[in-house]
Order: sequence, then C-alpha cells, then structure tokens
Amino acid sequence: MEITLSVNGQERTSDVEPRRLLVHHLRDDLGLTGTNIGCDTSSCGACTVLVDGESVKSCTVLAVQVDGREITTIEGLAAAATGDGAAGEMHPVQQAFHTQHGLQCGFCTPGMVMAAVSLLQENPHPSEQDVRLGLEGNLCRCTGYHNIVRAVLTAAGEEVSA
Amino acid sequence: MIPAPFDYQRASSVDEAVGLLAEHGDEAKLLAGGHSLLPLMKLRLAQPAVLVDIGGIGDLSFVSDGPDGTVRIGALTRHHDLAGSDLLRDQVPLLAEVAGQIGDPQVRHRGTIGGSIAHGDPASDLPAALLALRATLVVRGPGGEREIAADDFFTGFLETALAPDEVLTEVRVPAVPGAGWAFEKFNRRAQDWAIVGVAAVLTDGATGPGVGLVNMGSLPLRAAGVEEALRSGAAVADAAARADEGTEPPNDLNASPEYRRHLARVLVRRALEAAGG
Amino acid sequence: MTATETSPAGASAGAFGQRLLRKEDARLLTGEGRFVDDLQIPGALWMAMVRSPFAHARIRSIDTGAAAAMPGVRAVLTGADLAGAWAAPMPCAWPVTDDMKAPDHFPVAQGKACYVGDIVAVVVAESRYQAADAVDAVVVDYDPLDPVVDLEDAAGDRVVIHDGLGTNRSYTWTLSPDPEAVDRAFADATHTVSERYVQQRLIPVAMEPRGVVAIPAPHGGELTVYSATQIPHILKVMIAATCAVPEHKVRVIAPAVGGGFGSKLDVYAEELIAVAVARRLGVPTRWTEGRSENAVATIQGRGQIQHMELAADAEGKVTAVRANLTADMGAYLQLATPGIPLLGAFLYHGVYDVPAYHFECTGVFTNLTPTDAYRGAGRPEATYALERAMDALARAVGVDGAEIRRRNYIAPDKFPYESIAGLTYDSGNYEPTLDRALELVGYDDLRAEQRRRREAGETRHLGIGLATYVEMCGLAPSRVLASLNYGAGGWEAATVRVLPTGTVQVVSGTSPHGQGHETTWAQIVADRLGIDPDAIEVLHSDTAISPIGLDTYGSRSLPVGGVAVAMATDEVIAKARTIAAHQLECAEDDLELVDGELRVRGTPAKAMTLQAVAMEAFTAHNLPDGVDPNLTAQVTYDPPNFVFPFGTHVAVVEVDEDTGRVELLDYAAVDDCGPQVNPMIVEGQLHGGIVQGAAQALWEEAVYDDDGNLRNPSLIDYCVPSAAEVPNIKLDHTVTPSPTNALGVKGIGEAGTIGSAPTVINAIVDALSPLGITDIAMPATPERVWAAIRDARSTQSGTGEGAS
Repeated sequence: MEITLSVNGQERTSDVEPRRLLVHHLRDDLGLTGTNIGCDTSSCGACTVLVDGESVKSCTVLAVQVDGREITTIEGLAAAATGDGAAGEMHPVQQAFHTQHGLQCGFCTPGMVMAAVSLLQENPHPSEQDVRLGLEGNLCRCTGYHNIVRAVLTAAGEEVSA
Repeated sequence: MIPAPFDYQRASSVDEAVGLLAEHGDEAKLLAGGHSLLPLMKLRLAQPAVLVDIGGIGDLSFVSDGPDGTVRIGALTRHHDLAGSDLLRDQVPLLAEVAGQIGDPQVRHRGTIGGSIAHGDPASDLPAALLALRATLVVRGPGGEREIAADDFFTGFLETALAPDEVLTEVRVPAVPGAGWAFEKFNRRAQDWAIVGVAAVLTDGATGPGVGLVNMGSLPLRAAGVEEALRSGAAVADAAARADEGTEPPNDLNASPEYRRHLARVLVRRALEAAGG
Repeated sequence: MTATETSPAGASAGAFGQRLLRKEDARLLTGEGRFVDDLQIPGALWMAMVRSPFAHARIRSIDTGAAAAMPGVRAVLTGADLAGAWAAPMPCAWPVTDDMKAPDHFPVAQGKACYVGDIVAVVVAESRYQAADAVDAVVVDYDPLDPVVDLEDAAGDRVVIHDGLGTNRSYTWTLSPDPEAVDRAFADATHTVSERYVQQRLIPVAMEPRGVVAIPAPHGGELTVYSATQIPHILKVMIAATCAVPEHKVRVIAPAVGGGFGSKLDVYAEELIAVAVARRLGVPTRWTEGRSENAVATIQGRGQIQHMELAADAEGKVTAVRANLTADMGAYLQLATPGIPLLGAFLYHGVYDVPAYHFECTGVFTNLTPTDAYRGAGRPEATYALERAMDALARAVGVDGAEIRRRNYIAPDKFPYESIAGLTYDSGNYEPTLDRALELVGYDDLRAEQRRRREAGETRHLGIGLATYVEMCGLAPSRVLASLNYGAGGWEAATVRVLPTGTVQVVSGTSPHGQGHETTWAQIVADRLGIDPDAIEVLHSDTAISPIGLDTYGSRSLPVGGVAVAMATDEVIAKARTIAAHQLECAEDDLELVDGELRVRGTPAKAMTLQAVAMEAFTAHNLPDGVDPNLTAQVTYDPPNFVFPFGTHVAVVEVDEDTGRVELLDYAAVDDCGPQVNPMIVEGQLHGGIVQGAAQALWEEAVYDDDGNLRNPSLIDYCVPSAAEVPNIKLDHTVTPSPTNALGVKGIGEAGTIGSAPTVINAIVDALSPLGITDIAMPATPERVWAAIRDARSTQSGTGEGAS
C-alpha cells in the first residue's frame, strides 16, 4: 500500500507490503542504512529512530503504522551539508559521543544517539542514574557504557566526574 | 524474523474496528502500538490473516477525571503518557509509576494500556496494577458497550473476557489520592519483564487494600490472602507471608516456582512497608 | 591519570600518548559507516539457512519442492547439492596434538546434523523477505538420535557423535615439566586447595550480527567477498583452500565491522556457502544473520570444567599448581577451537612464583554449537581458576586475599622471568597495581563497613573481591606457534608511504572493528615523523589494498601490527635521511628530524621538509644511486616473544540476602600495558572488557535443555547488561614497558575481561563467607545466590529450615 513519511524533513512516498518493518523500509527502500538491526526482539535498541520526536524501536513498528508521521534517523541529526564539500555540524549529542569516546565499533551508536536525543528532550538535566535508566533499552558490547553515560551528561551540560 | 504476510485494514473509529472484527472473525487481530503483537508475529508465533490498525483512532488517547470518582483512561493511551500524566500522578500514582517501569523508553513511546491489558500476559505489569486498583474495563462490540471488572477480565494464559469482535476502549480506575501505594518489580535487567512484581495500594475504601501480583501464575492475580489478612488487621509481615497463597508460579529460566513464591513474600512485605502499611 | 582532557585533532609532535579523539567517529556517528548489511548490491540474491531443530539427527530426506515453487525463490540447495563445491572441509587451523581427532565439517550438513542450528539446506531468493518465507517450506525428514549435551557425559562416550572417530574425546594435551615435583609438593604441603569450577558457555553477542556478500565475476573469474569478519586475510586464504578459487582472484573486504570479541575470528559456513552459491548461480549472493540465529550459528565461548589444585606451605606460599580441564569443543572444530583452552595452559600459576606445575586438558565433542575464541580465549578461564583458588587458599591460611597475593607475587627483580610453564614473562611489577587498586576503592574503610554490617546482623552483605592477572598476548611469535602446532604464523605487516604532496598513507595488516587503529596508528606515525595525525590515513581490511596481514585478535594489533607500523615509519625516515643528505650535500648523521623537517644540526636554515623529500622521491630527478624512487617502506614484523600485560582489579558488591540480588557497587582496575599510545582508547577497551567479564560473573550463560536446545537465544533471555546494571569504573595504571618491542607496548583488548569475572565472584563469595559459602557458580543469578544462602543458613542452624 502507498505510504508517505516525512523522513529527515523530506516527504518520501513508497508502495510497501503491509508487513514491511519500518527499519527495513528505511534501510532497504529509502537507503538510510545508518539505522542498524542488532536483534529480533526489540531488546537492543540499535534500530532506534525518532517518530514525531520520540524514540521508538523501528524493528517493532510497521512502516504502514507511521504513515504521515515525521521520522528522524541518524542521517537527519547533523546539520545539512554546507554545499562546499564540508559536512554540516554534528548534533551536540553526536559531538559529545565523539569527545567522550562514547563509541568503539559504532554499531549500536546510531540507536544509542537517537535514544539519548529523545531522553534529553524529555529530561534536559538528567542525573547519571537518569541517563543509565534512560538508556536501559539500548545495548552496547564495546564501551561498558561508562563513556556513553559521560557523553550524554556532557551533551546535557552536566558536570561529569572522572 | 520477519512477519508472515497479512491484510492490513485501518479503522478510523471504534465502530469501524468492531465491524472489521465482525467481518473477519478469528482471522483478525487488533493492532495498537504493536508492542505485544508484532514481536510474536516476527517470531511467527502469531500469523493473523488480517490486522486491524486502531492506532489512528484519535479519541482513545486520554487521561481524564470521571464523574464518579474514577480516572478514565483511553485504551490507546501510551505507557509514556500514563507515566507523565499529572492527573494520574495525583489521583492514581501507582498506575503512573507502573507504566513508567514497563520495558524501556522506546517501548513506552509505542505501547498502549489497552494493548497491554488485552494481551492478558501474566508477566505484564499493568494487569496486576489494575487488579490491585479494582479497575473497570470498558469494551465495545456489535451489541454496544459493556463494563468488565478487572477481576473478571483475565481468564487464562493470554486469554481475556474480550470477545473476538470486541474492542477495549477505556480503563476506569478509582481515584485514590493520598492512599499509600508501592510497586516492587524484581528483574535482572531494568528492561526485563518482572520475575515477580507486586503492585500494592492501601485504601480505606469499601474494597480495602489491593495487592496485585505479576508473573505468579498463568494469569494476572490478586494476592487474596494478603488482602484478607490486611483487612482483618494483620501485621505486615504476617500478611506478606501469605503472598503466594493460591498461586501457581511458572518455572522458567529466571526462576523456579519455589523462588518465585519466596520473592512474592519478600516483595509484598517491602511493598506494604513502602506503602506505609 | 584520572584527567580526561582530550586533544583536538591537529596535535602533532608527541602524538604518542595523547588522548587524541578518534578519526573513525564522524562516519560512525552520522550513519555514513557501512556495515555489510548496509551495502547496496544490485541484483544480489538473499540466502536464508534451513537449520536443524535437532541436536543430533540423521537426515533421511529433504523435500525442497514446495520452497522452490514459492515467489522469488531461485534455488534451494542441500548438502548433497553443494557437495561438489568443496575442495576441502571447513578449516581447523590448530591440530593441537599429532593424534587429535577431527571430524570432517562441511558448510551444509551431509547426512547428519550434529547441533541445533547446523545448516541442512540453503534457500536463495530475490528478497530478504522471500528467503525468510521459504525456509519454513523446506521439509526435512529427520531421524533423531540421542544427543550428547553434558560435557562429562560426552567424555564417557555413552553416545559417540562422529561415527568415524570412535570417541568424543578429540585430544588430551599435557604440560607437565616435572610430574614428580608436583606430587612431592602436594605431599609436603601444609595447605592444599582443590576446587571445581564451571566456565559456562557464553554467547559473544557482537552487536552487529554476521553478514556476507559474495560477488562473482563469471567471465573474469574474480571473486569479491564482503564479510563481517575480524580476519579478511585469513578468510581469503581459506576461501581459496576450501572453495577451489585461485587465491589471486579472491579479494576479501571487511567493511565497518560491528564488534567481534573473537566471534568473527573464524571461517564460517555461511561465508563459504555464499561463495559457492554466488559462483554456482553467477550472481551476487548475500546473507545477514538474525540475532537469535547468531546465538546458535556463531561460535560460543568458554565451556570448560576446571579442576584446580594448589599446594602451599604454612605461610600460604604456593608450591605447586595442578590444573585439569575438560573443554567443550561443541559439535565440530572451527578455526581455532581446540587451541583456545591452551592459550591459558601456561597461565594457571599467573602472577605467582610457583616451582611446580601440571596442566592437562581434554577436548570433548558435544552436540552443541562449536566453541572458539571469545574475548580472552583461555586466559580468562585460567585467571578465574587461579584467582578463585587463591582466595580459597587465603581462607585456608586465614589471611586476607590481598596478603596471600603479596606473599606469592613474582618479585619485580626476577624479570624477565622464566616461568615453570616455559614462558619468559617480559616485564612485570605486580604489587603496585594491588596497592593502587585497593586505594581506589578505599579498601580499609570498606573492610570496616563490612565488619560493621556483620556485627549488626544486616542482611545486605558487603563483599570485596580482588584478582591480579597476567596474560600472554600479542599473538604471536611464529616459531612458538609452530611448537603449538598452529597452522600459521603470528607476524604482522605495515607499509608507510609519504605521498608526493606530503600526506601519508599507512597500510596495516590488522583489521580493526572498534579498536581505533586509524587513530592510534596515525599517532604512532605522526609522533615519529613530527607531523599532524590528520595528514595520515590508515588503510586496512581490504586484501586488495592491504594484501599482507594476519588481522586482529588476541590483543595482537598494537604489540605486533602497531610495532610494525613504527618500524616501517623508521625505515621511511632512514630513507628520507638518505635522500635529504644527498640533496642538502651533508652527511646523513648531520640531519635531525624536527616537526616534519630534516634539518642540518646547527644550521637550521639548511633543511628539507618531508614533503619536499617525498616530491624528490616522486620526480626521481636527483636521487642517490641505488635509491628507489619512492618514500615508502614495508615491514613484516615477527615478534620475538609474547607480551605480558598485568593488573589488579577490585570489585565491591552488595548481596541482598532476602532476594539473592547482587549489586555491583564499585569497580576499580589498575592495569599495566606499558606505554599507552592513546589513554582514552586504552580506557575504553578496559571499560568494555571489564563489563564483559562481569557479565560472565553475573548475567550471561547459554542455557541448554537436555535435548540440546538453546533455551535463551534472544536478547530477551540472554542477559547482556545495559547501562542501568553497571557502575562507573575507576581506572588507573602503572607503566612497565616491554623490553621486547620498539615501542615497549603490550596489548590491552582482553585484559579487562580476563581480570573481571574472578574479581566479581570473589567479591560475592567474600560477602557470604561468614555463612560458610565458598562457591557461587557463574552466572551468580539471584536465585543461585538466594539458594546458596538458604542452604548455608539451614546447615548453620541445623534445623533444615529456610531463611525466608
């Protein structure tokens, strides 16, 4: 059936099977492969995107369910490229993951960043415990979370202890 | 981990959903947030021929004051909105707290109270809370609307009193401002289902104290022995000792029945203490 | 060291040791990074695997007709269909003994399935969804056989899995330099410890499941393979050997790879099947693993039963170690399966000066997913057994765990240390790591608080656990590998090229998948050349770009591959010196390299930038006789020895007696990997490694039923911890350089995991030791801990009543 999503600010109309998962639609139909698939049970959060500004796991949403909604993926987070060959400026959460070494292999990272963006929208000044609980739905195998938590606190402008 | 094909129908009103259910019978399943159904469909443990998407029905997402001392909650209200509802925090804080501990933030952004209740999973947190709170469920079918007490709603493992052509539309919860309450959820990881959970509310009303148990049997349960003991004035420790009365807790990777019985006693005690019992 | 300032890109001279932010990050943070499943390959067919639901079954027949008729399905292939595609069975590169028994292992089972998940047929379809749909339509008629699941049952040969082998015991490997000395030590001992530990099977759970794309060129004959692998170079050789593709026609690319932890250090059935199907059908063929599929289809880690014995004198000085292992191979031998336990064989006396030693390991087949390397590979198991046993010894002697370790450490003046197990430890100084780790957690205060709680009869018990480890890493000296029957060498290659315009390309044979080599290799080169790390690009993980290499595993990348990069850089500098001396008409010795410029000492105006030298090398208009026209050097470095990082970890736990829940309150680690190229990256490796080891202690286990079915294949039931379950981690370090390589460096990728599992379990046992509890099996689930407390209380009270 035909659906139209607003993806990273652009209207995208497609004909999809009803059973098409949003994550496959984004990755395979729209070519937005930044959103990853790390599990099959809505456990790992690698597929997290924003729907109308809120984090959801796109592996557990049918594309047809979000017809007409605004989707933001990791590709839509940084500012648009400037046209002179230079990349657009990264979102503060992306920057904080960079400066705090909040990623290693980078596979969980897009989902982790999107979950963090949503978390900070709902709670702009989280405690460390708020961050840890707020990321309970996102698994990372590389970082032990230490620097991810620091990155989110840094993006929020909170004091970060060593 | 891809769902089997199905026909997809959107309902724009409850009546339209009821009509579609009547038309397709057992073949059809309602889809709200999808966070109970889609995981089963991806595993192909559920293969409905028709999905009726009610997610677009606009007037089923609300938390409002009822005329009769209840708080009324639309079936499509998301866990996230329950957790963030000032009205609920004020009038039925237990329910807001329970909703805020379901799954993880992403799940709470999609999952709905109606979907969770209609799924009837004994491991879900909300059913136990509604039992403790003596909630009433409003459903609509071809013959109109009826009310079902939460106690009568859960009938078996993943089975409810909801007829195949009925839609759960609303949850009505007695307001209990100022009543002591607590939710004790025991799990290994924050995002996990409860190994055992206890939702308790201590009211002076006609129904007395309510204690609901998560994952202590094939359906959501009230800890009847505990409630009875409390009503007759028993001390917390003595009441809590009866937490597992009448339960048949499951045996799974996380816990033996024996351990669950023990946990239920410990968690009920802690919940009652936290609730000020 | 707790400072966390990072350096902006652009820092140059002195880049070694800086907290330089990673070059890799921008693409991975924006979705630009391309993992295998991200690749858009026009015309590619999708494969889905039909896997055995039985742990042990004969395959009577397979009916592919219904599946083949489904929409989009292009082929359904069985083991028989593909039998002709294999020039050899799947490779095991490590026949650890001359008489090791190894079954033939083909990518698609032929006649018999030997574990749940064994591939019995392959569906090839036009889309991912169509392939998934058709799997269920393949009808396989199985004749189920008695499965062998329990390791000790398997060793008894009640049921023999591989008909031709006659036994389930693959090998017995022994390291026993002087058996009589061991017996004497035990006979003379004042204290002995005899413990049985179980290393549960673990699912590695790299966040990216595996994936592969094979792109054939039917007319040209080339074959390009993209794989989520740690080992593109080894995979290339093995594809040539098993699929009969001429090696020079094969190109393997590991694009962005989402973690490995050893699980992608293998040659997998699906990789070879993709090659065979792509060649058979003449079109690109791909496969991406599902998570629950990964749980059975990708190797698992650990899987050992350990009998650990210590002999000690009256003061608790250890006089002998005896370790006997039964190691679970799973159903087949994968690339390094039999050798994994032996990577720990030399380390069962660890950091302690022990005069007598016996190690023996028997590898046994079971009807379960094959085991192979998982972060630490043999060394976490050794450290666990030893450090648990040291705490048992401390209890027997009646001294604190810190004190028993101090009495036994190898003294710092004994390095290089010739170990009883036959290794030469390069360098070490263990006690300072213990002192600092205890300081970080406030050890004395914690002990006081522990006493207070005990005296007050509180039910939230405090436990403090510690472990000191040493590991051998930097795999590996090729001659040592030869002595262990390993099928390849352990060298690594690097090329450094100064381009005509002055920027630099580094080509490395390592294959990073999270470790940050693009940053740290640039730091090594920038530091030596005195240029901006941003002027350096590190190329890797594509056998057409980096043709020579042995990839990334075993904490080898820095001490072997990074050292090769440094050596190649030094050769480039030597060559630049020769060219510049010629141009500047001075002696080479008169030149010094400062900030990317070769200057004549005392005459700073007389100088050439590296860029000018590179341009001279490029134009070749005026080079000295015999000098090739390039500013490039390639080095292949074979290390003379392993390197031996070490450290002490301390965990603080609280055990809730009422529920059995263990909470990790605090964790400190003081590690020594020699000089650190980038402390930020070292800390990241430790954070992740420590949580992975703690996860073995507290959360993770592949649980099988008696029929060999994995009961927790999904991440709902397999409990990889999240941020909400773990604490911040306190790190510090000491620096004891290795004398065996030019940088003095040691590996750090596995150290965290090696140290943390015994540390956490020691803390739990410490918390509960007043109840007489001396062991908690891993993972220490709430129910296990609760049951242990209940049993201990009932023994204590003698009434048989529970504690609830």
